[in-house]
Amino acid sequence: MSALSSRDWGNLSLCAIALAIAACLPWTAGAYGLSIGVTIAMYTALATSWALFSGPTHYISLASAAFFGVGTYVTGIGIQYLPYWTLLPIAGVAGAVMAALVGLATLRLSGVYFVIFTLGLAEFVRQIITWSQNISGTKGIYVLTSIGEMHIYWQLLGLAALVWLLGWLIGRSRLGFALRIIGDDEAVARHSGIDTARAKILLFMVPGAVAAITGAVLAPRYVYIEPSLAFSPMLSFQVVIMALLGGTGRLWGPLVGVIPFTFLWEAISVSFPNQTTLLLGVCFLVIVYLLPKGFVGLIDLANKRMRSAEGYV
Amino acid sequence: MTALLSLRGVTKRFGGLVAVNRMDFDVTEHQVLGLIGPNGSGKSTTLNLISGAFPVTSGAISLRGQPITHLAAQDIARRGVARTFQLVRLLPSMTVLQNVKAGAVFGHRRHWGHEADAVAEAMLEKVGLAGRGHMMVGQLTYIDTKRVELARVLAGEPGVVLLDEWLAGLNPTELEEGIRLIRGLRDEGRTVILVEHVMDAIRSLCDRCVVMAAGTKIAEGTPAEVLSDAAVIRAYLGDDDDA
Repeated sequence: MSALSSRDWGNLSLCAIALAIAACLPWTAGAYGLSIGVTIAMYTALATSWALFSGPTHYISLASAAFFGVGTYVTGIGIQYLPYWTLLPIAGVAGAVMAALVGLATLRLSGVYFVIFTLGLAEFVRQIITWSQNISGTKGIYVLTSIGEMHIYWQLLGLAALVWLLGWLIGRSRLGFALRIIGDDEAVARHSGIDTARAKILLFMVPGAVAAITGAVLAPRYVYIEPSLAFSPMLSFQVVIMALLGGTGRLWGPLVGVIPFTFLWEAISVSFPNQTTLLLGVCFLVIVYLLPKGFVGLIDLANKRMRSAEGYV
Repeated sequence: MTALLSLRGVTKRFGGLVAVNRMDFDVTEHQVLGLIGPNGSGKSTTLNLISGAFPVTSGAISLRGQPITHLAAQDIARRGVARTFQLVRLLPSMTVLQNVKAGAVFGHRRHWGHEADAVAEAMLEKVGLAGRGHMMVGQLTYIDTKRVELARVLAGEPGVVLLDEWLAGLNPTELEEGIRLIRGLRDEGRTVILVEHVMDAIRSLCDRCVVMAAGTKIAEGTPAEVLSDAAVIRAYLGDDDDA
């Protein structure tokens, strides 16, 4: 890995200042503002980690809900036996292992089979938990802790910062370069000496672990966990939409999608509570047709036009 | 001289079609071997089998006496067998330098950071593209895309280079330059297997030729020997009875 340039140090310092400002939110915003902050931090962690894998490889994963749900159940079940703080790494390992298994089974398949499999995975895990609950006679799990909204926010913010740091490190590593080559042409990648399956599985473990930790952090907020809440397919679609809206070409891309979409979604949920799924679908279509490379693509295009305009002067 | 790369009874079947049938040949070090034959005779499939693009149905391939028959493409590349593609394949989202760096970072000899950049720059210079590393590959002419692909292959410092019709589609001046480049590879100690239709190139470059027709080896020898072989002439031009 090459040494840091002064520009890298500048960017890192800027991120640290932004993180410090964001960490002050619980003291400056009211309860509603904080709940929006939790949503933004949660989806930033989810969408950024999703884009780390799906951005370069172009594999669209709809498995976020599966990993997220597993994480909530790690907290839900584990809290009765273990301290809360030990559950987060356990959830991370569980998510990563599950992602590795899914990767081993599916990443050799072409894109569309992967999409369908990941969508089915969340439903599959949900059905297993529902089935086991029916057998044991329980319906859901209560997660009763003293962890408040403020603590959840800070944990999610810390997780989002870690994902950014990890993404930045991967971007500078051989693995990041390998993933970009795989995304461009997998055959060239293989014949250049890249173990494509290994690289994809390694990177797929990142969103798996992050989504599971996010679920584990959010479980105390839900208080009562049941499969339909923990494994909601809506979550998987929202992660994809937000990441695509922002753009997956840059590390900060998903964040640029998460912030406006969270506010838009709040407005939709309040004004049209019965049409949310329909409007989510419309948003998806609009983004894919009008902004195929997200806001990042628009910004890049504007920069390019400005540069070429300057060139003609 | 001991063989660097050997094929013994290598066969590839696609369903009922036998694309390559019991191929046997050896390539020694510092040799340019031409793999020639009419269209559809199994030349590119043979390259695909050597480079691990397809699994071999039966037979054995070995490199420096070690079996590589069932290795994955990336493991064969790491052992120092690198290839170009019949239709040039570059990485479209990357610059010329990054394309070449892919070979330097993941190939036979692996470099990283400034070292990989230096190797990639040196390879670009070798293929005549010095100073063009910043360009996007979409801006290149056809011959230059071929040069970038060759530079990527060479950046991994492979012992064996497989070139799949690398000289096809070049004008006479470019062809002359291409031939000089390939000859340079042999002079610096690499072994080259060349699938080619350009007869001038075969005559002036190849130490030995293997001629294929309908998946089978029909002749082997120096270019002069095989090009005057009756079976080869028949394979290219057909029998008198065919008319």
